[in-house]
Amino acid sequence: MPFGNTHNQLKMNYTAEQEYPDLSKHNNHMAKVLTLEMYANLRDKQTPSGFTVDDVIQTGVDNPGHPFIMTVGCVAGDEETYEVFKELLDPVIEDRHGGYKPTDKHKTDLNPDNLQGGDDLDPNYVLSSRVRTGRSIRGFCLPPHCSRGERRGIESLSVEALGSLDGDLKGKYYALKDMTEEEQQQLIDDHFLFDKPVSPLLLASGMARDWPDGRGIWHNDNKTFLVWVNEEDHLRVISMQKGGNMKEVFNRFCTGLTKIEELFKEKGHEFMWNEHLGYVLTCPSNLGTGLRGGVHVKLPNVSKHEKFGEILKRLRLQKRGTGGVDTAAVGGVFDISNADRLGFSEVELVQMVVDGVKLLVEMEKRLEAGQSIDDLMPEQK
Amino acid sequence: MASMFTRILSGRNTAVIMASLGAGTLVSSYVMTESGVSAGEKKKLYPPSADYPDLRKHNNCMASALTPAIYGRLRDKLTPNNWSLDQCIQTGVDNPGHPFIKTVGMVAGDEETYEVFAEIFDPVIKDRHNGYDPTTMKHPTDLDSSKITSGMFDENYVLSSRVRTGRSIRGLSLPPACTRAERREVERVVVQALSGLKEDLEGKYYSLTEMTEKEQQQLIDDHFLFDKPVSPLLTCAGMARDWPDARGIWHNNEKTFLIWINEEDHTRVISMEKGGNMKRVFERFCRGLKEVERLIQERGWEFMWNERLGYILTCPSNLGTGLRAGVHVRLPLLSKDLRFNKILDNLRLQKRGTGGVDTAAVGDTFDISNLDRLGKSEVELVQCVIDGVNYLIDCEKNLEKGKDITVPPPVTQSRK
Repeated sequence: MPFGNTHNQLKMNYTAEQEYPDLSKHNNHMAKVLTLEMYANLRDKQTPSGFTVDDVIQTGVDNPGHPFIMTVGCVAGDEETYEVFKELLDPVIEDRHGGYKPTDKHKTDLNPDNLQGGDDLDPNYVLSSRVRTGRSIRGFCLPPHCSRGERRGIESLSVEALGSLDGDLKGKYYALKDMTEEEQQQLIDDHFLFDKPVSPLLLASGMARDWPDGRGIWHNDNKTFLVWVNEEDHLRVISMQKGGNMKEVFNRFCTGLTKIEELFKEKGHEFMWNEHLGYVLTCPSNLGTGLRGGVHVKLPNVSKHEKFGEILKRLRLQKRGTGGVDTAAVGGVFDISNADRLGFSEVELVQMVVDGVKLLVEMEKRLEAGQSIDDLMPEQK
Repeated sequence: MASMFTRILSGRNTAVIMASLGAGTLVSSYVMTESGVSAGEKKKLYPPSADYPDLRKHNNCMASALTPAIYGRLRDKLTPNNWSLDQCIQTGVDNPGHPFIKTVGMVAGDEETYEVFAEIFDPVIKDRHNGYDPTTMKHPTDLDSSKITSGMFDENYVLSSRVRTGRSIRGLSLPPACTRAERREVERVVVQALSGLKEDLEGKYYSLTEMTEKEQQQLIDDHFLFDKPVSPLLTCAGMARDWPDARGIWHNNEKTFLIWINEEDHTRVISMEKGGNMKRVFERFCRGLKEVERLIQERGWEFMWNERLGYILTCPSNLGTGLRAGVHVRLPLLSKDLRFNKILDNLRLQKRGTGGVDTAAVGDTFDISNLDRLGKSEVELVQCVIDGVNYLIDCEKNLEKGKDITVPPPVTQSRK
């Protein structure tokens, strides 16, 4: 809807060469994969709702990328995008998700009993624990492409479903455009409030249109389970708490998600999911589990170790600053989370975080005591 | 999970959804197929009332004019290039505006936009252009610079003079809508025409994608280089897509005639020089424009123009002449006088900072230019600036001598 898709027929008046984007200075997954030939094959196609290849790649064309950070450079406008444009998205997915093949199957496992341990991460080091994922409601277009009517439909469905949650999941919805000053301040203090995206990666894809219409935040009264509505995805679901009890966080995460899914189904809706890609989300980088499980952990010594990067890589973990993606660490405190999303189940990924963080904390203690950590070096997972 | 997936494969599901809106509740049903909801089905599922934007906190011309009824009638229309109303208004929905500054809040995607969506564009044009009614009025075009009188300012006060406008190439979509190939075609057509300019207009093109570091620095030093737009008013309209592909700057060797390609419009044409010789600036402006027009016509192209709206540009605020003629002028005493703004208003002038739109004045130097664009010809507007600035300079001189000044009577508005 936003950009060129209504012009698809107009573009056919020009040759593929004339329309093909100049990607000579680009460094993102889309640019690596999209040849002129591929563009020519895909440009006269569109999904049933009218999303075209130019819509898919606009963000990647507008954001050439960074020499060090490889962004994805494409987005989906609806569930069918991943089918209609598989010629482009399969290699992007393979590249981004460690060699995941078009024929591979993804496992979903949201049974928290399958997680071993995770309730005893040392709270002297692990300050907080968090698990997030996203969900899309089947039949609706995704944020880059949805109309205002659809976005509002997603919001009202979600608010209704969340309104049925009870027990420790009972909570309240705050629509961005209706919240009071007081509510806004409280949400900021709780670190819950999300803002209109400023990243050009997101803006260029059209997902910030009509802000703040149809956007809001729901959270339970205990402030441990939080849902973002219509930010980068239809729903982002977050379970979090202070301290190191990742097991409890993951428990609540799975219970909450399963309940929400049931509530949607009662109303005749379901989440976008398939055997090959798992949960379908706007950005190909979030396919599969869409799961990022992580902790804020104090690692002032380990983080200065020359092998820190290598250790994280072997543990299949990544570091971020405590402000989230694209921020720097403050005071030796890092956000450590799983690097993978697709090809591993939810349980497997959270297990990697739990085991990996345990090891990192042990290493931190050794280094504090002036001891070596050579014998603790992990194998590549 | 797996069993649910098999169920989907085996047949159709029917679901009922509730889409609710601030004012009311709407219940609709849709059929979910394996291949998703089509665009056509979506239109039935979501009548205009479901999509009508929430404009309650908005203060722009579009929001003032777009009623649910108008939206309802126009939402499903398309221009021949398939440009829609939602695309026109996106920038106005995304940018609620400022309590003091009323922005336009909509853009055109092509020439036909102004016809197909006349029901919303006409009232917006009327609002923005002081009551100009496109349904009944005609816009005068006059690029005969010989008619200008007293076009030489006192250079103790006027530091520089400049006239700018925009031109669109008929048959190619405008920056919010154009495809990459169309944008490149605009570049090709215009650059080819400019290469035919001679003598004092002879010059060179610098493509944004190809310029060297040195060329870039020179253009910055000359104050010629334009950057990727950062204003959300522009980026939300989609005109910065694919930056910097097919964007560039052309200027003559003397650096007095400059053309921007594919920034906010197909072309922006600028004539400028240091000092106060506005007559010469305008003469070069008219001559250059006419010459460029002749050169594109040789190859079968022309500018977008019609009797009702004059020259067609992306933003309705630039219709008519698209002309902003202005000076950088020192007015240390007058600018502190409480009557300054009233004097400007009556002279149909506006002040800006010396960085251009949305900047503040530095020291006592102001950018003073015409307020109007549509309903008066180029000659009339430039004469208005000349007479107005001369008046301001007289005021300044009077204040220097300790004499009083008077607020002039209002200049007549667009002719009926």
